[in-house]
Amino acid sequence: MDLSDSTLLDIHRRMVRIRTFETEAGKLAEAGKIPGALHLYVGQEAIAAGVMSQLSNQDWITSTHRGHGHLIAKGGEFGPMFAELYGRATGYCKGKGGSMHISNMDLGMLGANGIVGAGPPIAVGAAFTLKYRESDNVTVTFFGDGASNEGSFHEAANMASLYKLPLLFVCENNGYGEYTPQESHQAILDVADRASGYGMPGVVVDGMDAIAVYESVHAAIARAKSGSGPTLLECKTYRFFDHVGVRGMGLAYRTDEELAEWQKRDPIHMFEARLQELGVLSADQAKAIHEEILSAVQRGIEFAESSPMPDPATLLEDVYA
Amino acid sequence: MKAQTDTPGRETTYIGAVSEAVRSILIEQDEAFVAGEDVAGAGGVFGSFRGLLDEFGDRRIVDTPISEEGIVGLGVGAAATGLRPIIDIMFMDFMGECMDEIANQMAKMRYMFGGSATLPITVLTMSGGGINMAAQHSQSLEAWICHLPGLKVVAPSTPYDTKGLIISAARDNNPVFVVMNKLSLRNRGPVPEEPYEVPIGSANVVREGTDVTVVTYSRMVGEAEKAAETLAGEEISAEVIDLRSLQPLDTESILESVRKTNRAVVVHEAVRFGGLGGEIASQIQEHAFDYLDAPVTRVGAPFSPVPFSPVLEQAYLPNAIKIASEVRELFS
Repeated sequence: MDLSDSTLLDIHRRMVRIRTFETEAGKLAEAGKIPGALHLYVGQEAIAAGVMSQLSNQDWITSTHRGHGHLIAKGGEFGPMFAELYGRATGYCKGKGGSMHISNMDLGMLGANGIVGAGPPIAVGAAFTLKYRESDNVTVTFFGDGASNEGSFHEAANMASLYKLPLLFVCENNGYGEYTPQESHQAILDVADRASGYGMPGVVVDGMDAIAVYESVHAAIARAKSGSGPTLLECKTYRFFDHVGVRGMGLAYRTDEELAEWQKRDPIHMFEARLQELGVLSADQAKAIHEEILSAVQRGIEFAESSPMPDPATLLEDVYA
Repeated sequence: MKAQTDTPGRETTYIGAVSEAVRSILIEQDEAFVAGEDVAGAGGVFGSFRGLLDEFGDRRIVDTPISEEGIVGLGVGAAATGLRPIIDIMFMDFMGECMDEIANQMAKMRYMFGGSATLPITVLTMSGGGINMAAQHSQSLEAWICHLPGLKVVAPSTPYDTKGLIISAARDNNPVFVVMNKLSLRNRGPVPEEPYEVPIGSANVVREGTDVTVVTYSRMVGEAEKAAETLAGEEISAEVIDLRSLQPLDTESILESVRKTNRAVVVHEAVRFGGLGGEIASQIQEHAFDYLDAPVTRVGAPFSPVPFSPVLEQAYLPNAIKIASEVRELFS
């Protein structure tokens, strides 16, 4: 399919926004400025951007522990996102969620989630609401290869297909469930194979290629909106940083050669090369976009660092409605 | 607070009260729907939803696969996005299959999101033994869910309270578990035809007394009343409090009674160790120590799975005899 220049540039911007945010967040974590654990999305940007460039705020998503990229691509702003990572009162969750629970209901983002596999059943509920209201919107649930071994995924897949819900199961297969390689945690090569057990199409997608992601998502959205039910898209990708934090090289559970091999297929580099080929974006223009986004990220960090801490008096607020 | 139960002439069963409450909510709220195993075609294995499929259709009465985690997740996601789900977990023993969606999602989503999500979910479930269903279909696991900030838990003992508490639960904007009792399903009692609320968080003094307070809920209310009757013949005047709501707990009503009677026994069908009785006894001692003439004691099931054999099960379950005996100890 032919994507318009504006769509291509939109996808590019979403990817660069994620990469820049995550890279700077990683530095801040290493500097000890951000408390707790960060699961960074660097390497997987083509998936969030390829999906979210086709969603509106009325479409719902559920995310994972590696959720910043999903929220950024869904329209999350840097200031309240950094403020949440810093645990400040101005964060999207008023400092009560942090990295692993970052969310924004107004953007249709039903939260990052600290529990692997917890999102798909919630996404079934969100898609149920859309169908109940005869809405023309869709729900997308992101999960990993690791989560595809949780019973929750299987229950959700069965229910979504049974009820023909407008739902996309987007598996971000980065080859590792935490630190365990795929071949040691499941007996199949393609998570997409699991779709056939639930009567839905399963598609293997190059998750480093934003256009491939865009096209497969486009078809899955059309199927969902036609009332035919869900699709499982397995996007093959790779985590350039570690499971938690930044450190990429020199770790025992994977080889530096493997990482270097995947980095040759960096989704942003590949996409920028493609955009140059197509005459949509020059190298200088790309550089200017990176710089513009970096300064927006820096403003977001300044916003977070100058924001007030939560008032301890708010501790018990929002336990109940 | 004494409930208004004096509508003349009209009675229904405990399970009939469930149906009436759910039906009235479905009429009242377009966003309300029922989802669970066997709720539609079969009308619920206990008959809770009989007739609702014909009246409301399969858009609003939804049979699910046997997938408790999926069912509760459906409730969480649907509630967060604007519906008002009524979720049926047939036996509360099955919470083991869906505890992540209950404990880590439903209970916490609002707080984790800084108050931006609202989860008006009603979960209907059945507890208790006495019908020879053995260890995995007879438990009273309310302590599990009362321990989770973000959830409310009610446990009605009468048809009147069952209808009123389900209606209150469904109108509440928080997740509320309605823990019902299997052995009480055919109990009859006065129930007004029109919808009404029994407030969540409000206990009911079902029998007034002056010498000892028996604090209890669900089916043990009836056993406590029988025990009180026996004790009255021995010149011990027992006050019986039906908590009705376990989370939040009406601590003030308990304390008010204990300050009058100076003695308390907490009774539940759940296993005694780690049960709600410990929490309630502790609160009484923290807030009314100077009023106590005896230690606060507890009656609950022994530290054992629920046995199958009717003989063993009867030996296991708390009852009026055990309650009366525990009360007498306070006066010996």
